[in-house]
Amino acid sequence: MASMATGSGKAAEKQSMKASTKENITGFLFILPGFVGFVIFILIPVAMSLGLSFTEWNFLKGWGAIEFTGLENFIDLFSDDWFKASMINNLVFTAVTVPALLVLGLIMAEIINRHTYGGKGIRAMIFIPYIASIVAVCTVWQVLLQPSYGPINQFLMSLGIENPPRWLVDERWALAAVMIINIWTQVGYYVAVYMAGLKNVPLDLYEAAAIDGANARQQFLYITVPMVSPTTFFLGIMGIISSFKVFDLISVLTQGGPGNATSVMAYYIYRTAFQDFKMGYACALAWALFVVIFIVTMIQWKYQKNFTNE
Amino acid sequence: MGGLKKLSAGKVIATIILYFIGITMLAPLAWMISTSFKIENEVFNFPIEWIPKTFVGLDNYKVVWGEEYNFGMYYLNSIKITVLSTILQILISALGAYGFTKVRWKWRDKIFLLYLATMMIPPQVMIVSRFVIMTETGLYNTHMGLILMTMFSTYGVFLLRQAMMGISNSLCESARIDGASHWIIFWKIILPLVKPSMATLAILKFVWTWNDYQMPLIFLSKRELFTIQLGMKLFATESGSIYSLMMAAAVSAILPLIIVFLCGQRYIIDGIASGAVKE
Repeated sequence: MASMATGSGKAAEKQSMKASTKENITGFLFILPGFVGFVIFILIPVAMSLGLSFTEWNFLKGWGAIEFTGLENFIDLFSDDWFKASMINNLVFTAVTVPALLVLGLIMAEIINRHTYGGKGIRAMIFIPYIASIVAVCTVWQVLLQPSYGPINQFLMSLGIENPPRWLVDERWALAAVMIINIWTQVGYYVAVYMAGLKNVPLDLYEAAAIDGANARQQFLYITVPMVSPTTFFLGIMGIISSFKVFDLISVLTQGGPGNATSVMAYYIYRTAFQDFKMGYACALAWALFVVIFIVTMIQWKYQKNFTNE
Repeated sequence: MGGLKKLSAGKVIATIILYFIGITMLAPLAWMISTSFKIENEVFNFPIEWIPKTFVGLDNYKVVWGEEYNFGMYYLNSIKITVLSTILQILISALGAYGFTKVRWKWRDKIFLLYLATMMIPPQVMIVSRFVIMTETGLYNTHMGLILMTMFSTYGVFLLRQAMMGISNSLCESARIDGASHWIIFWKIILPLVKPSMATLAILKFVWTWNDYQMPLIFLSKRELFTIQLGMKLFATESGSIYSLMMAAAVSAILPLIIVFLCGQRYIIDGIASGAVKE
């Protein structure tokens, strides 16, 4: 009680009040530069985007052209072929590339870690495609996959395959080609993360298993795979999220084509906003993408406890 | 036992196979480099001539870097944007991380929770409104706008906050008792201790910003402002059928990063392996 406090106690209290106000201000000042950016470039845009998703707005016609349309954008999603194709392509892309990367990444990491000499050199080599600029590597792949005289098809033809796929310009093969290129760029990342995870697996487990007569394959399946499951979980979740944001690859390689055979969500949103100038609809699409990522994140939060407490 | 370990045959074979896979994975890049030194009509010779039959030296590069295509300009733009955005982001993130860990204040944890909550929102949600904000404030089509936008990162704050949480608070508290201000503690005690994390963040941010394609694509439309990625794409569109030149351009776009990677390999791989995720 303030009224019962002695004079000196009051002074001390006043002083500590003053000190904590000072701490409040100091603390806020430290985060202020970042906080300003956070408000301007994240908080306001998110709120604006939510508002815009209920409108129809051609940006080129100025502010006056904004028209409130309620839930119309979200209803339109269900009859939009490009949206459906983009979502399905994205699901296929995720369902193929993420498991493939996990399997390839773990097997390669295990071999590099336990069964080779000079593993770091190999790791660096397969990491280079990950670090190289997507625009440049996509340009290279476009030339390599050139249907009639590109090196890859020339090679296939020299093997006796008469009609090799036309890859990026072939409706049936374009998505497959994009997925292969994506795996090529990403696998080094998976190997690097797995190799770090494998460092935490105690070596005596393997030694004990070897004494019991387990071969390399059994050691991999019954020791490595369960021991690195936290890493697998992390990589799986991050892989799913980032595969729903994939943009550069599609934008440079195929522009979503042929037709909409390789359109994915991030690309379709970009196209809707900056080629068709349908700002409101683009925001609605982006929120649909958010829902997917939100669900994946919730799964992550729910289950990550199972993977972090051994 | 110690000393020399016996070579195991299985291990030698596995090493050879894995190196072979590694080399195969680099083949597209090797093809790119080799093609950049060829004359155009030998580009598609088959079987592939890994060593150019007619070696044109730097001729293709001279064209790409010459006045017409001006890769030098794109380079300067990329360097400017990447360097400024990286330095500013590290500084701002470090300040923020200090505010979130070493100072006790009222709204701290609530604001940090807000940061965390927005981290799962994909950037696609924000691009339209950011575009509107940029055009309204006159920052569209300026390097400053792009730098401002990319220098704030909740992720950077998050990463450095983790590092600073690992530093015992008693260190700061005893410095406080000795009369040091937060500002002094930040510069003199905390920053030197989180240098490795800052180096990791810096090098990753450098790589990501250098390679970034989507942001410059949306926020820059004047050719003089283009980054190397946009320049590369424009070049591929304009001279799409001159493959030897295109490969020289691709090498030019990739080379700086390969150099950064070879120098800072430890930081890049360790940073990535410790769970750093591209935004």
